[in-house]
Amino acid sequence: MGRNLFLVIIMKYGILIKESPYNHQASDSAYNFITAALEKGHEVLGIFFYNDGVINSTKHMEPPQDDRHIGNRWSELGGKGIDIIICIAAAKRRGINDEVLGANMRISGLGQLVDLSLKSDRLITFGS
Amino acid sequence: MSEAPEKIMFVFKNPPHGNIHAYEGLEFVLITAAYEQDITLVFIGDGILALKKDQDTQELGIKGFMKTWRTLDDYEVEKLYVDKKSMEERGLTPDDLIVPVEVKEANDISGIMKEQHVIYPF
Repeated sequence: MGRNLFLVIIMKYGILIKESPYNHQASDSAYNFITAALEKGHEVLGIFFYNDGVINSTKHMEPPQDDRHIGNRWSELGGKGIDIIICIAAAKRRGINDEVLGANMRISGLGQLVDLSLKSDRLITFGS
Repeated sequence: MSEAPEKIMFVFKNPPHGNIHAYEGLEFVLITAAYEQDITLVFIGDGILALKKDQDTQELGIKGFMKTWRTLDDYEVEKLYVDKKSMEERGLTPDDLIVPVEVKEANDISGIMKEQHVIYPF
């Protein structure tokens, strides 16, 4: 019996989401990517929301019950220890503040995105 | 960050008006510039229009951000490349643009992209 040699490369990913939920596929694609990466044993260091992506953070989302709840997905990932960061400059423009922020997320500056990209092996952008 | 600077590229491909990508992209460039990384800006397709001189946004009722491009020099962001074909298609020359740029062939831009640690599309 030959011995199988597995080479496992663990990647550290940073995620950038630039589009609002439901209106655009970016949030769904990002979520699918993140869950697949975690299942394979990769690390996701953080998810940064910029541009209309900041709308993903409102706790006031109430999609129809038979549809996915995109806001809860981010809160759940945040609960697993993934840093969920909402850009303050983009948030202020769009009426997102601490009062409407979902669980396990934080509002911070664009410098956090620079940090995330520098710490990550790959930064993956969702949305154009 | 005390490590060697990383190569960070911003690709501007959206027109300056009609969506916020170029404007918020430029805001992010200025923040990144404070981190003393190796920054390159590339302008492709309608993204080039964001650099066009003499834009008047008064009639649009929005705040123009064109003059902000000029502050890049203060932050030592000096690598600004525009795609040759995109520029020609729009009847523009570097003289039409608000900041100095280097005109490059798509192949050259592609090569520079391969060297980057991270690329942000805007």
